[in-house]
Amino acid sequence: MKGQDNEMGTNRRVAVLATLAVLILVGCGGPGPAGANSGTSGGIHNPSDGRGGTLRYANSGDWDSLDPADTYYAYSWNFARLYGRSLVMFKSAPGAQGATLVPDLAESLGRSSNDAKTWTYTLRPGVRFEDGTPVTSRDVKYAVERSLDKATFPNGPTYFNDVLDLHGYTSPYADPDPDKLGLRAIETPDDRTIVFHLRKAFSGFDYLAQTPATMPVPRAKDTGSKYKEHVVSTGPYLFQTNELAKRFTMVRNPQWDAATDPNRRPLPDGITVDLNVNADDVDNRLLSGDLDVSIEGSGVGPSAQGRVLGYQARRANTDSASVARLWFTALNSDVAPLNNVHCRKAVLYATDRAGYQRAYGGPTGGEIATNMLPPVIPGAQRFDLYPSPKHLGDIAKAKDELVQCGAPGGFATSISYRAERPKEKATAEALQQSLARAGINLEIKPYPLADYLRLYAGKPDFAKANNLGLIVYGWGADWPDGYGFLSQIVDSRVIRPTGGNSNLGIRDPAIDQMLDQALVTTDAVARQQIWVNIDRKVMEDAFALPGVWAKGLLYRPPNLTNVFISDGFQMYDYLALGTTRR
Amino acid sequence: MGIYIVRRMIAAVWLLLIVTAATFVVFFLVPRLAGATPDDLASRYAGRTASPEVIHQIAIKLGFTDPIWVQYGRFVKGLVLGADYSTGPTTVHCPAPCLGYSFLTQNPVLPDLLDRLPVTMSLAAGGALIWLLAGVSTGVISALHRGSVFDRAAMGVALAGVSLPIFFTGLLALSVFSYWLGITAPGGSYTPINENPLHWAYDLLLPWITLAFLYAAGYARLTRAGMLDTMGEDFIRTARAKGLPERTVVLRHGLRAALTPILTIFGIDLGLLLGGAILTESTYSLPGIGKYSVDAVVNNDLPKVLGVVLVGSMFIIVANLVVDLLYAVVDPRVRYQ
Amino acid sequence: MSPLLEVRDLRVHFPTEDGVVKAVDGLSLQLERGRRLGIVGESGSGKSAAALAIMGLHQPGTARISGEIWLDSTESGRADLVRAGAEQVRKLRGRTMAMIFQDPLSALHPYYTVGHQIVEAYRLHHDVSKQRAYRHAVELLDRVGIPQSGSRVDDYPHQFSGGMRQRVMIAMMLSCNPDLLIADEPTTALDVTVQAQILDLIRDLPAAVLVISHDLGVVAELADDILVMYAGRAVEYGPASDVFAAPQHPYTWGLLGSMPRWDRTRSQRLAPIPGTPPSLINIPPGCPFHPRCRYAELTGGQATSVRPELRPAGSPEHLVACHLPNPRRAQILADEIRPTL
Ligand SMILES: Nc1ncnc2c1ncn2[C@@H]1O[C@H](COP(=O)(O)OP(=O)(O)OP(=O)(O)O)[C@@H](O)[C@H]1O
Ligand code: SF4
Ligand SMILES: [Mg+2]
Repeated sequence: MKGQDNEMGTNRRVAVLATLAVLILVGCGGPGPAGANSGTSGGIHNPSDGRGGTLRYANSGDWDSLDPADTYYAYSWNFARLYGRSLVMFKSAPGAQGATLVPDLAESLGRSSNDAKTWTYTLRPGVRFEDGTPVTSRDVKYAVERSLDKATFPNGPTYFNDVLDLHGYTSPYADPDPDKLGLRAIETPDDRTIVFHLRKAFSGFDYLAQTPATMPVPRAKDTGSKYKEHVVSTGPYLFQTNELAKRFTMVRNPQWDAATDPNRRPLPDGITVDLNVNADDVDNRLLSGDLDVSIEGSGVGPSAQGRVLGYQARRANTDSASVARLWFTALNSDVAPLNNVHCRKAVLYATDRAGYQRAYGGPTGGEIATNMLPPVIPGAQRFDLYPSPKHLGDIAKAKDELVQCGAPGGFATSISYRAERPKEKATAEALQQSLARAGINLEIKPYPLADYLRLYAGKPDFAKANNLGLIVYGWGADWPDGYGFLSQIVDSRVIRPTGGNSNLGIRDPAIDQMLDQALVTTDAVARQQIWVNIDRKVMEDAFALPGVWAKGLLYRPPNLTNVFISDGFQMYDYLALGTTRR
Repeated sequence: MGIYIVRRMIAAVWLLLIVTAATFVVFFLVPRLAGATPDDLASRYAGRTASPEVIHQIAIKLGFTDPIWVQYGRFVKGLVLGADYSTGPTTVHCPAPCLGYSFLTQNPVLPDLLDRLPVTMSLAAGGALIWLLAGVSTGVISALHRGSVFDRAAMGVALAGVSLPIFFTGLLALSVFSYWLGITAPGGSYTPINENPLHWAYDLLLPWITLAFLYAAGYARLTRAGMLDTMGEDFIRTARAKGLPERTVVLRHGLRAALTPILTIFGIDLGLLLGGAILTESTYSLPGIGKYSVDAVVNNDLPKVLGVVLVGSMFIIVANLVVDLLYAVVDPRVRYQ
Repeated sequence: MSPLLEVRDLRVHFPTEDGVVKAVDGLSLQLERGRRLGIVGESGSGKSAAALAIMGLHQPGTARISGEIWLDSTESGRADLVRAGAEQVRKLRGRTMAMIFQDPLSALHPYYTVGHQIVEAYRLHHDVSKQRAYRHAVELLDRVGIPQSGSRVDDYPHQFSGGMRQRVMIAMMLSCNPDLLIADEPTTALDVTVQAQILDLIRDLPAAVLVISHDLGVVAELADDILVMYAGRAVEYGPASDVFAAPQHPYTWGLLGSMPRWDRTRSQRLAPIPGTPPSLINIPPGCPFHPRCRYAELTGGQATSVRPELRPAGSPEHLVACHLPNPRRAQILADEIRPTL
């Protein structure tokens, strides 16, 4: 899933599969340690059963799509549970509990056979579309089929394209079968049974069954790329009005039956969502009580933070959500003299990490990161191989490393950042200042965000030719999981010479080997240790300069009830929210 | 007059062709010079986990694999004859003038634009009216009482108006008037005029004033200078010699003449208003062309960019034409040439 | 019965950064109903400043005006315009006193038809319908000699020639039948044949006329009386026939000497007054003309110390401000001046 920032680059099939494999293992490994969000906000604020009122959301951008086949934002998956029922879902519960899977449209989690290559689900009886038509397994199959058509639904993830045994199947819209159900990889032996056949064993298939792609779609109502104008609901709310890119409203779905749904206790009678609202205005409205939820879940913007934290009454209504995201700067081992580990270490020693944190808004923006894995990820450990008082940097040690590197007087290189991001600009400038103390001189080079990875910093020959020794970047995981977080940024085998890479210059066969080892390690604790080892190896070899483990400052207006942060989405759980405003 | 308008229209068509062609060149040629392949371009619209095959499929679907002039030809053809697009299960016809479908959201561009046009027009019309009235009257009073407290205060405020950015004045106004005092509509409010004209005006009042503030300042200064010049003219002395009351002298004789150059500037400003509208619409979250164009550019969404470019050029062309025609009405010396 | 216009000791001073410009500095004159007074003088002698003061057209704040301007209007009786309220003076403008200016193009509003501009003045003072006012405008244009006045009433000023524009100006100012018409350089911007026509037009008006010009020829054609102005004051004032037949002031002699005449040769013709007009900020003490006067020494030092007052010379109505004793003046006139005129 995406957070509000598009951190993940273009994916490689192998990597996704690997990621999922491990994710699943985590899920099955029993309850992990309490999430980083449980300590401060594991409880429920304003618990309530009070029904009624209208919950008002606003989005500072546009939705990628409301179509369950075509959406890939964390907030969108969180929200989609209000109008659609996938086979399986993240539990609506606070903290680490919110990252566990529970059956939704299905009666139980998936039953696997054939060495986890075949997965079977039985649908609950009595579930209906908003028009009263009963939901059958064919509607789920059709939904997954259409989600495979990435030319029509480019935004959604490609998990099913990657794991299903497609036999060349591309899209129901190009399907000669009169019922458009020609995909052999999914069988529907009866109205309530659906069977998935995978290319190869995949023990974590329930995580895929959790994506909105398994929310049933009635073929008769499918209008392809126009379906997002009216998605047919199976959840507790249905779309009343929908003005694309402006706003939509939802009301209770009379066909939704609580008897078929143990997971949802919908409180408000209605929901409104305004789109493309000025971000500062969102914050203002939130604080003035004209709005209930800023839907992206990324927290209060910089200009409103002071007004939130400056008042005791408001400060009490905030939650700091730890996010599985790291803001960091890659040290490109392709570019001399950073091909020498000592020169890289010199950079790590010379860095003023407190300045890095300031660039991201200080403690509200996140904690100072001393290693790669964000603490919210199960099993992650904190350590600091380059300590300095108050994180201000150790210039003596830096100079020492420079001598060992053969550059006693320092050296010059370039630092790139995404031009549209003021925080990254501030980072580059802060680094320029702090490294200059050790004689390391940085030339600052901004590049456009849209093509940062494809054409500039993420293209090895460009980065080398332009002497990009330091590359400012950030990375978030789809789910809080170590392997999923690390593989795309440290595996040297995913680096493509044509560009589009998110591994910005970490090339170490030992790390690659450890990643492969983690894939086959079934014991959760042992696997978590491997991630920590990789983390440690990256830091020992000084391949990256960790900056900030991100946090979001969430504000909940006093009228909001049943508020909690779930580790599954690392933001408020939208299924649970209610309001006292009538 | 008729021939004149027709000639202008033909020139306008040429201009639109050139402007859209230039947009194409910037969009396709510049990235290509930077080394981007059609697939690279397509990957912008392909979602994050798209495989190279999917990206290529999208490149073909969007037509990126064709030479640039073929793509441009297709765009012009769509404008003139319309075009067909696949939504997946069916094909829909996009009637002429078809501006195509967004690369990103796959929404048709023209209906979106037409849907948003009234918002921007409402914003522009109301804003322009207010800034004309406020700016010109302030300028007149300032000129007549040169050096007075009013004059100095007004010119000070005018200076602030030209130098303060819209998102600052806009958000400040929202905080104070909408959220604190609660007397104006909150951000994001818009009611179409045909639904409820009063509500329409109420919702747009603050955006109007914000937009007007920026321009009124300039007009106040311009009017003041123009009035000071005009009031020294011989015909003003004549008007006084006839015994006209000072009000008539100032408004019907002085202002009438001073307004002509202001009209020229007004035409230019109205044409370029899209710039101010972008900021105002973003600040107030109004669903107009301005906000749309920001999204279009940020997302590299060519069909939307082209649509906005067309509308923007049309704004300028029409505003200039209207001003030229108005000029002939206002200044008889132009009319009889 | 009192004269239509009586100006007493009028002063128009402009405070400027360099000092106070004394454009008019003690001017007195009288104009009887139906008569025409010509004011002549070099450029900058204060003619326009005086006329604008009478009309009340100086911008408040720029000019300091003192003295008395008595206008005896048929409607509202006799009033001192210097002391009257601005509103009262405004109501007299157009109705009782009117003024035409030197440049008829810039004096007409470029954006309104001439008909509109005439009607505007007329309807301001007369409660009549638009149609009637337009008929009146057409009649006026006809009267001032504009052909096809019926259609030309809808034309704009730039569509008329210079002479025609001045006719329009006159028509506009005549629309209310004023008692007093001030014509400030009415023909200066026009060519010679047209000049004559405009002068004929003005001569046939029923109103009393104050005609201003630096051209003695123009004044000679029109005026019953003549006032010669120098440095903001009258230096010679009397019936036109007397002033032309027996000019008394050395400055007037200079003016007449520099007047172009068909029977003079070029060398005889242009005998300009030596020197330049005086600074109006520091007006020369004594007789302001003395730095340029050939006869200054003949006054026994008085010329540089005592400012000469108007006093009769030649005839009782013929006044002159000059220290030269009358016999001496008569002798100079006879010996030196008359042969060159
Ligand atoms: N508003 C003013 N402020 C300052 N000085 C002025 C103003 N108006 C006129 N003057 C000065 O007063 C003097 C007399 O000007 P006026 O226009 O009365 O001369 P004039 O006799 O009409 O000359 P001309 O034949 O050139 O029209 C001039 O020196 C002029 O510069
Ligand atoms: S008073 Fe003297 S100086 Fe003045 S005009 Fe008469 S003769 Fe000349
Ligand atoms: Mg003059």
